Amino acid sequence: MHNVWIVVVAALVTMATRFLPFIIFGRGKKTPDIILYLGKVLPYAIMGMLVVYCMKDVAFLAYPYGIPELLGCVVVAALQLWKRSSLLSIGVGTVFYMVLVQLVF
Amino acid sequence: MKKQALKTVFRDTLPVLTGYLFLGGGFGILLSEKGYGIFWAFFMGLFMFAGSGQYLAVSLLASQASLISTAIATLLVNARHLFYGISLVDTYRDAGRKKPYMIFALTDETYSLVTQNQPPEGMGRQSYCFWVSLLDHIYWVCGCVLGNILGSTLPMRFDGVEFVLTALFVTMFVEQWISNTNHRPAVIGVCSTVLCLMIFGSQIFLIPSMALIAVLLTVSRKTARRDLHA
Repeated sequence: MHNVWIVVVAALVTMATRFLPFIIFGRGKKTPDIILYLGKVLPYAIMGMLVVYCMKDVAFLAYPYGIPELLGCVVVAALQLWKRSSLLSIGVGTVFYMVLVQLVF
Repeated sequence: MKKQALKTVFRDTLPVLTGYLFLGGGFGILLSEKGYGIFWAFFMGLFMFAGSGQYLAVSLLASQASLISTAIATLLVNARHLFYGISLVDTYRDAGRKKPYMIFALTDETYSLVTQNQPPEGMGRQSYCFWVSLLDHIYWVCGCVLGNILGSTLPMRFDGVEFVLTALFVTMFVEQWISNTNHRPAVIGVCSTVLCLMIFGSQIFLIPSMALIAVLLTVSRKTARRDLHA
């Protein structure tokens, strides 16, 4: 039974993190100025945060020093700058990374 | 609903489909290794719908953690959702009956798609957000369940496939960088997170990072205004 409660609590806390901002800032007729501003600039900051977040468990101080991850990101970014096709960048970048971690490093 | 528009939505979510099948699959496998069957995989995927949150839940289950530590650990991992909500308060304001579901289903990946992509012709912004959320949710539950059923019987090696989601965020980052002349928010996002990761470590860095980002963005708004009036 304790197992079920762990899942319930984890699900409720997760929902709370999603609903809270809408409950706090979405009540009135008009969205507060500062929230409108943050809404405009946050996506840019968050995408940077998420890229770093994906690297959080990479051990940069031990072999292979995060080289596969960094090379993978460079390939994805370069392809995206060149062709502007997300599916192509993501597909090629992921396969490239898989080859690196399975066969090279 | 126009077929063509839905096709475009499906195409936009393809990277998420790939990522979720494997990431959800990894979760399902882990869960089955700890002795939890398809029932658990299905309902956790359906009601939590949070990648790192569910991986964390597996270890909480395995160690029979207390409910207090479950709540705190989940909060630390999922606090980033607060930011998604803040930046979508206005976009989702008049989403009507679908709004609670759209908020419930707001993941990292859904967030990056709905903030970056334009809805296809003939489809409203909120409708687009709804369909992206729903498709992503379906992919995720399928991934969790399939992984749990197939377990580690799969013959091929999929090591590294989780990079598909990193790649998704990198392309979104690059697209945003190209489409915007003001790079300050992007730089603030990367630098604050790297700094906090180094100072606080990978367990709790997200909350201080978010606080730092919010403060720096607010301050930079004031200086931007002052520049304007000078």
